[in-house]
Amino acid sequence: MAQTLTETAGSLEAMTPVPYAVTAKRQDTYDTWTLELEPVDSAPIVPGPGQFNMLYAFGVGEVPISNAGNFESDERLVHTIRAVGAVTKALCAAEVGTVIGVRGPFGNTWPIVEAKGNDVVFVAGGIGLPPLRPAIYHVLKNRKDYGRFALLYGARTPSDLVFLDEVKSWQCDYDVDLDITVDAGDTDWKGKVGLVTKLIPPAQFDADDAKAFVVGPEIMMKFVAQELINRDVPAEAINVSMERTMRCGVGLCGHCQIGPTLVCRDGACYTWDEVESLIAVKEL
Amino acid sequence: MKTLDAVIAESPVFAGLTQEQLEFIVGCAQNVHFDAGQKIASAGDPADVFYLIRMGEVALDLEVPNKKAVRIDTAEAGQPLGFSWLIPPYEWKYDVTATELVRAVAFDGACLRGKCDADPVLGYALLTRFAQVLAGRLQATRFRLLDFYGTDSH
Repeated sequence: MAQTLTETAGSLEAMTPVPYAVTAKRQDTYDTWTLELEPVDSAPIVPGPGQFNMLYAFGVGEVPISNAGNFESDERLVHTIRAVGAVTKALCAAEVGTVIGVRGPFGNTWPIVEAKGNDVVFVAGGIGLPPLRPAIYHVLKNRKDYGRFALLYGARTPSDLVFLDEVKSWQCDYDVDLDITVDAGDTDWKGKVGLVTKLIPPAQFDADDAKAFVVGPEIMMKFVAQELINRDVPAEAINVSMERTMRCGVGLCGHCQIGPTLVCRDGACYTWDEVESLIAVKEL
Repeated sequence: MKTLDAVIAESPVFAGLTQEQLEFIVGCAQNVHFDAGQKIASAGDPADVFYLIRMGEVALDLEVPNKKAVRIDTAEAGQPLGFSWLIPPYEWKYDVTATELVRAVAFDGACLRGKCDADPVLGYALLTRFAQVLAGRLQATRFRLLDFYGTDSH
């Protein structure tokens, strides 16, 4: 059962990083690594699908990173991190045995159990695939409980695609309608080229009966949501994960505020009808 | 199996045309197929034909001097391929290759151009439809310039 520390705002537990050791590390792309973490001397954190942890590179800083592991069978924390700033570069440079701080889990979860009986459509952009993995694992484990399963994945280039072997194995083993596109390829790339939105019209799912889960940059989610709505998927059936600057994780600091909502407390998972009007506000 | 008439009439790019206009367009069309790896057009070739892809996928590649060719787009089933037949100097802008078995409808663009000149109503109808295709491509290109998957800086 997933925990959340979000409701313990102000408590010592919510604000104190717990020491975790890096027990495995894998380079996914030229700038992205996946870390597996185990607690040094405490009970393991059990994040649910869609939740995030605050990872603390001691002496450098703290960042929110989505859970990317299998919450139902794995007691290790799995986080996929792109090295783009000082903190993420420090985390990606952590070798096996390095101790980092972890606070969490924070935020709400994907309504993946509630989607039982529906077709499910996962749309991932760039490094948006890892935050979807826990929900995907749940569907794969309970495959018969769900209808058609479409996974649509877009990235900047072929070398930016993460977990490609794993994704292809899902296609074969679990009857997943997998479609991948990149913004730019070369002649060695055998897949599609173009925006991830082009994958939506031909995807195999029943719009009246589908639940969509979308993770990527907000601009991508906006156009993906529009394309899903063009296929008559209701806005309330489109789930997105908002990525704002989370700091405290418990709704106190206000860094992640969008209009009336605090992403760390009320999200990061929202339905499109909840956030569409907020995303439309300039500079919000 | 659908007839050529039905395939063309049901294509969004020809939606809303009159029966007479559709019949003329069907008269300029034929079914074709390309094997995987087969070159469909080369940049600089006369663009006297365009296609409606019925099955399969084609790649549009741009040769870059001293570098590997860049794959700038792919077109899949249901999409029109080629608009240079409508715009001077009527030359293909990219190398076009079938990446898998492709079945398509080929249209005699040179013939249609002549008909469009002689029949401005048909010309306007086709131009507005292909303008939508062009606008969609332009918008997609602009979105790609936005770098959808760009990085944050934590």
